Amino acid sequence: MSHAQSATAKSGVDFGKAIKDGLIAAVIAFALLGPLVGLRTDQNMSHELILTNEMPLAMIYVAIIGVGRFLLSAFVYPWISRRAAARTAKVKAVPTAVQLEAGVRRSRFAARGGLLFLFLYPAIIISLVGINGSIKWVDNFGVQILIYVMLGWGLNIVIGLAGLLDLGYVAFYAVGAYSYSLLAINFHLSFWLLLPIAGILAALWGVILGFPVLRLSGDYLAIVTMAFGEIIRLVLINWRDFSGGSAGISSIPKVTMFGIYSFDVGAPNNFAKVFHLAMSSAYYKIFLYYVILMLALLTAFVTTRLRRLPIGRAWEALREDEVACRSLGINTTNTKLTAFAIGAMFGGFAGSFFAARQGFVSPESFVFMESSVIVAIVVLGGMGSQIGVALAAIVMIGGTELLRELDFLKMFFGDGFNPDQFRMLLFGVAMVGIMVWKPRGFISKRYPTAFLFKKKSISGDLVKEGEG
Amino acid sequence: MEVFLQQVINGVTIGSIYGLIAIGYTMVYGIIGMVNFAHGDVFMVSAFFALIFFLVLTSWLGLASITVALILVMVISMVLTGLLTWAIERVAYAPLRNSFRLAPLISAIGMSISLSNFVQVAQGPRNKPIPPMVQDTFTLWVNSGYPVTISLKQIIIWVVTVLLLAAFWYVVKFTSLGRAQRACEQDRKMAGLLGVNVDRTISLTFVIGAALAAVAGTLYLMYYGVVHFADGFTPGVKAFTAAVLGGIGSLPGAVLGGLLIGLIETLWAQYVSADYQNVAAFSILVVVLIFMPQGLLGRPEVEKV
Repeated sequence: MSHAQSATAKSGVDFGKAIKDGLIAAVIAFALLGPLVGLRTDQNMSHELILTNEMPLAMIYVAIIGVGRFLLSAFVYPWISRRAAARTAKVKAVPTAVQLEAGVRRSRFAARGGLLFLFLYPAIIISLVGINGSIKWVDNFGVQILIYVMLGWGLNIVIGLAGLLDLGYVAFYAVGAYSYSLLAINFHLSFWLLLPIAGILAALWGVILGFPVLRLSGDYLAIVTMAFGEIIRLVLINWRDFSGGSAGISSIPKVTMFGIYSFDVGAPNNFAKVFHLAMSSAYYKIFLYYVILMLALLTAFVTTRLRRLPIGRAWEALREDEVACRSLGINTTNTKLTAFAIGAMFGGFAGSFFAARQGFVSPESFVFMESSVIVAIVVLGGMGSQIGVALAAIVMIGGTELLRELDFLKMFFGDGFNPDQFRMLLFGVAMVGIMVWKPRGFISKRYPTAFLFKKKSISGDLVKEGEG
Repeated sequence: MEVFLQQVINGVTIGSIYGLIAIGYTMVYGIIGMVNFAHGDVFMVSAFFALIFFLVLTSWLGLASITVALILVMVISMVLTGLLTWAIERVAYAPLRNSFRLAPLISAIGMSISLSNFVQVAQGPRNKPIPPMVQDTFTLWVNSGYPVTISLKQIIIWVVTVLLLAAFWYVVKFTSLGRAQRACEQDRKMAGLLGVNVDRTISLTFVIGAALAAVAGTLYLMYYGVVHFADGFTPGVKAFTAAVLGGIGSLPGAVLGGLLIGLIETLWAQYVSADYQNVAAFSILVVVLIFMPQGLLGRPEVEKV
């Protein structure tokens, strides 16, 4: 029996086993999805719940799962084990210094190219689709993605560097958004004055919420931060005198160009009027794009600089081993609090930008799902890797925005197809998938901040991200 | 006094449901030290299974007896939810046994998001109300015009909970499966060396927790008469709070914690503020985790280097 098995393994594909696996998966999928997808509950005209038969749709899902499992067993798993076997058989050649140097140069070149593209992006879009056509691409794609890039980088300080899984990051985003909205509406202060204030307030909240959770680590820390995030949201909903309750706050002032030009249509120093341009909201969107780009780059710059300071080294040491840290005389209390505060500060910046851009905030924008989206971006990108986090934000946020643009999907899924529904589903599946296949994220190489003689890249497996 | 008594009755009822869910959290944490974040959503899916099969039985097959329908629905929901959790455990958690410590938690969060959004896609985003299954109410006593009542629904929930807990206690204490579970909880590697099938035991732990959550889901559907795709999150967090309050890893603790959370929640809504009911539950979670992480009946955790 075992002899026969090893023979088939050698010759390649064990189809019998693969078919069996596929059939089992299909049967399980049918048992679960048959009712869940195949029998859709709907309310009829008299508000009674009735069942609609959707079995064909369920059978499509079942077929996909069965065939997928079959392909995995027949081709993907053998391929993976063959590759692993080949890797262990052949001792991996140690890369020479020249190769390493080339690798570093290549990644640096890619980063510079990407940066240049980001600065030229609005110009490229305008030259392609014209000034009015650019609104969608600059706002929905550029600004939206960059907000998440910035949030990802901010949270990366807490999760990736200090190794504290924070599931309530959206609370600081909310603090930033509400501080800007309330102070701007009640005291008529400008965005540029309120941006640092919102950041400071968010950092303060980071310390307030960080202080009690200092004794916790790992899962418990994650759960407590999630609870804090929810408490802040629930208070915002219920404290109506303060925050306007679930109706939120509307007509939040726009960002001005440092007080010199305004983007309000009625204002005498309106940007388009001063320069005798046709009225369009595109200028404001492009301005916003550069504001958030600068904010995001500030986050990245500060983070890379901090990593070289003692405090950054302490964060990474804390992530690796808290007990060792303490025995070496690192003040873990301060280290954790600064990570929380600085991460929260960038969340607060992003929040006040978000409020100014939307012109409207409500607790709906700060649900737990939003936190998990940001966590998902950090995790998918590879915790600790800045480029990876940016890539993950582009792929996940840009990708789901792109889903909305794809009309041909309606042909497959019917007119009622609403890609927004699939957004979070994709996020969830991606989170599970990345944990199972590549737990170190898209970018799994790290450059240590401290090194002896020569800067060498190491595998992410050597870094214990996420241990708190 | 009457109001208080009435709220105690309501609180114990909802607390029983939390307790049933909490057992799933506490068992899984006890055996592999992982917060199964998706457990609340598994509970929600089980309520949907119950809803769908209740409609199939009553409106398609024309089953007249509500009692038979309820029992059948509960059993079907237990089986399917167990199967679902088994599949989830195989796909999303089992490959992560030797990964870094937060990997299973992140995977579970992903699973939780996937489950609730999948149900939204498959079943639609609206509330799913069903006509009341059981309607009888008994007045216990009337004083100065305020009747203290207990409904048949509540009695069913109490009875089912007590019966299931007894059965469950028997399984954990007196069967070989329960012995294997307790062995794995103490030392997984040693249990494996002594011939316990560790992987199978862990899977079965997940399945048993899910089956109890399915009972809770069916009871929840019967009690409130409505279910919604996002209903997994808040009861899930409250049940987790219950597990932590009772001492995570401790089975009587989970039930005790559930009852306490149910009572605190209803009494808070009655006497303090109904708006801040969920804030109270979340605050308990925070306070317990920070000041009393070992809970009421748990063992204190020792930090090992």
